Amino acid sequence: MNASERPDHSPPLGSETRVVAFEIKHTQIIDHHGAPLGPLPEFAKDPAELIKLYRAMVLTRLFDNKAIALQRTGKMGTYASSNGQEGVAVGMGSAMQPCDVFAPVYREYGTQFMRGVAMHEILLYWGGDERGMNYAQQRQDFPISVPIASQIPHAVGAAFAMKLRKEPRVSVGVLGDGASSKGDFYESLNIAGAWQLPVVIVIVNNQWAISLPRHEQSFAATLAQKGIAAGVPCEQVDGNDVIAMRYIMERALERARNGGGPTLIEALTYRMSDHTTADDASRYRPPAELEGQRQFDPIMRLKNYLTHNADWDDAKEQALQAECSAEIESEVKLYLDTPPMPPESMFDHLYETLPAIYKEQRDEVMQLGATGGGEDHV
Amino acid sequence: MSEITMVEAINLALARALEEDQNVVVFGEDVGANGGVFRVTAGLQKRFGGERVLDAPLAETAIAGMAVGMATQGIRPIIEIQFMGFIYSAVDQIINHASRMRNRTRSRLTCPMVLRTPHGGGIHAPEHHCESTESMFAHMPGLRVVIPSSPQRAYGLLLAAIRDPDPVIFLEPSRLYRLMKEEVIDNGEALPLDVCFQLRDGKDVTLVTWGAMIHETMQAADQLASEGISAEVIDVATLKPLDMETILTSVAKTGRCVIVHEAARTCAIGSEIAAQLAERGLMSLFAPVQRVTGYDTIMPLFRLEKQYIPSTARIMAAVKKTQEVS
Repeated sequence: MNASERPDHSPPLGSETRVVAFEIKHTQIIDHHGAPLGPLPEFAKDPAELIKLYRAMVLTRLFDNKAIALQRTGKMGTYASSNGQEGVAVGMGSAMQPCDVFAPVYREYGTQFMRGVAMHEILLYWGGDERGMNYAQQRQDFPISVPIASQIPHAVGAAFAMKLRKEPRVSVGVLGDGASSKGDFYESLNIAGAWQLPVVIVIVNNQWAISLPRHEQSFAATLAQKGIAAGVPCEQVDGNDVIAMRYIMERALERARNGGGPTLIEALTYRMSDHTTADDASRYRPPAELEGQRQFDPIMRLKNYLTHNADWDDAKEQALQAECSAEIESEVKLYLDTPPMPPESMFDHLYETLPAIYKEQRDEVMQLGATGGGEDHV
Repeated sequence: MSEITMVEAINLALARALEEDQNVVVFGEDVGANGGVFRVTAGLQKRFGGERVLDAPLAETAIAGMAVGMATQGIRPIIEIQFMGFIYSAVDQIINHASRMRNRTRSRLTCPMVLRTPHGGGIHAPEHHCESTESMFAHMPGLRVVIPSSPQRAYGLLLAAIRDPDPVIFLEPSRLYRLMKEEVIDNGEALPLDVCFQLRDGKDVTLVTWGAMIHETMQAADQLASEGISAEVIDVATLKPLDMETILTSVAKTGRCVIVHEAARTCAIGSEIAAQLAERGLMSLFAPVQRVTGYDTIMPLFRLEKQYIPSTARIMAAVKKTQEVS
């Protein structure tokens, strides 16, 4: 049904005029075989720049594999994989500037790494240690947000802070397709529009919200169009095309940075993993669907492009993989070698100064020590 | 110096904070041109401009969540939730983010924000406008919950809340907004957080209360005095963290304790105070601790609100009960 038609196709009564019309554009720059569909954006004309993007995606994928292995061997807790979504994450990360603020969900490792968040910090977080959210670099970025969509008000609030101070910075908030059904998202998107805040909100539509497929999440033809009601410019991009993702993202960031207000981007991608290591997607997702999506893999796509246009070959590929793996191994070692925090540290960041009334509890925890008072404690 | 109401005292404190710190921003529903539904923010937008005192669209989740985002980036937001009955859609942000951002990031990001909201009944307001659900917030680690009981304490405690480096839920007893006037010196001096205030010295019983119930409790103390019972009155003021030392010291002196609050009885802050008296003050007690509270019912619409809110007579009766045991 066309949105401008009446559900029952009834004829208009009285005076009827079109008040406003909307459309949603979709951008793709290289097709899923890696062939350009038209002229490339300036940055993509430099092979070295594309190899950087490629490296960032490969690093993220290899990190992901390693993190899952750590969980499977009991060396880490539940982990949310970003397998298949590297194009979106790296596209965002490569477009942002260090001074910007990032408010991620739990599948934007690619962006976080490009912003200087260390791999061992992400591992520490999923390994059950708050220090994994105390990023040594990008001190202003938000930690991973677990409550769905609740980080979007933070991104919009950070953007308001930037606007108040008249800083040429942009805040970026990320959410999933499931989160786009939540009020947090709508409320803050509306305010971002009403106050014309420097924020870019990215819906990473990976087609599945745990077990709920995209078509059951919303009857809307696109998730991008949710920006229309808020008066926020919105568009869709092939998120598995890292070139398109970076291009669309850069455009939105530039507009926001220059006082042009917010943008909502829907990035189409696919979650090639389970929801987390605690999930088994085969219970609800047809295996054929997953197999069918592999041809759209963002890494393979750029690799094909590089092979045909930048002399990428097996030797270079192997060297890159070896280099990434070595980097990951050293970060894994850092993670595994990090001793746990002392138990009483659970009191140490509750308030700037711990109120006296909690000292007794802290002393008790300290006295009971690492075993919590008994070896039988499970 | 003329005497002013609590509404005016809070307004003075907000103006002082806006004046002294460029990072302070006041926003919420109808707080701008309208000056808030209780007129608490009257004139502030005109004086400090629409960038620093502004109306938010009607969206409590986003207001609270944006305050979290702003606070982490160095702004000191003071948000208003129009009535406590509308705070619940902001609770996710308060509990999942504001109260724990410091802890999650090992103090890398912090949330120095104040959430102001009217508290309690007794003003013939509509449904959902008379909540006293402070214990929900007092239960949450990482928060401060503060409630003043007079214009002077509203001024001093609000300034302290705004300057505090951590998130504060600041409850404003709507029944007290205009009930009494007091001289308030606008000298920018904050009152201490995390401590109770002793409002009246006594030796026979300790009356522990906060917010609007100070009114009935002080009346009861006056009447008790005329009957020869000397009541000490403690205004808890900061409900979280709770200053039990002051309460325990008082009970060690009086041997009797009556806790008065408007909130429903079960799992309320009175329950916590009574539990701590049992743990740490049992040997000082000559009589069981009494609680005079709202009932475990839905706050009734206003025809019955007087029957719900603890009366002076109910407080007197509870005190008499503690005096029966010797």
